[in-house]
Amino acid sequence: MPSTFDTVANIISETCDIPRDTIKPESHAINDLGIDSLDFLDIAFAIDKAFGIKMPLEQWTQEVNDGKATTEQYFQLNNLCTRIDELVAAKGA
Amino acid sequence: MRLEYFQLIDRIVDLDLAQQTIRTEARVPDASTIFEGHFPGHPLMPGVLLIEAMAQTSGWLVIAVTKFSRMPFFAALKEAKLRSFVPPGQDLSLSAKLLHEGSGYAVTKADICCEGKLTCNAEITFRLVEFPNAEFRANMEKMAAVLEFPMESLAHG
Repeated sequence: MPSTFDTVANIISETCDIPRDTIKPESHAINDLGIDSLDFLDIAFAIDKAFGIKMPLEQWTQEVNDGKATTEQYFQLNNLCTRIDELVAAKGA
Repeated sequence: MRLEYFQLIDRIVDLDLAQQTIRTEARVPDASTIFEGHFPGHPLMPGVLLIEAMAQTSGWLVIAVTKFSRMPFFAALKEAKLRSFVPPGQDLSLSAKLLHEGSGYAVTKADICCEGKLTCNAEITFRLVEFPNAEFRANMEKMAAVLEFPMESLAHG
């Protein structure tokens, strides 16, 4: 079974036509990979479907806009994968 | 259909919140200045307007599913197929199904049939945002009444 990171990286690679080997756990989706908000909707759709979750993007964006969180907390891929794992675990709880 | 007001559907004929589907109807007008250019001597409903009609149908479904808490704005279109020509005066039967309601976005699959035949279809992505202001929302509620949007269904869905 692929890791959360591998699944997310494959989704990003296929959705945004980014070479898979350039996508690292420490990559920032926006700052390093240049993914814009529209492409991120496609990625979010694929992630939501793949993991059977609903990533709370509105809440995350609000927290960033309010200065309560940094973009790294949600959009650096290793952190994003941790959030996804938490959502999957919460779903099964 | 009132092309000059960008109203591409005439009425909502079915809204199923359990199945997350909607059906609407529209009649392409017999005459419009649009047909003078598209095309002279061979009037056809522009494909982009058929896509907009599918987007409006999908949009009302999203508004219903989110219980009028979010306004859907057209963000992306995939796999759009315009399968046959649509002339003035044509009756359209439109339908949409919600594929996914995400946080701040939604994805639908929509199609249009003419006389029982699939005429066009697409997958549409919307950004969902709060209504920009009270006036905007009031205008959407007025339009909902024009389209016979079943407001009572929101209380039971």
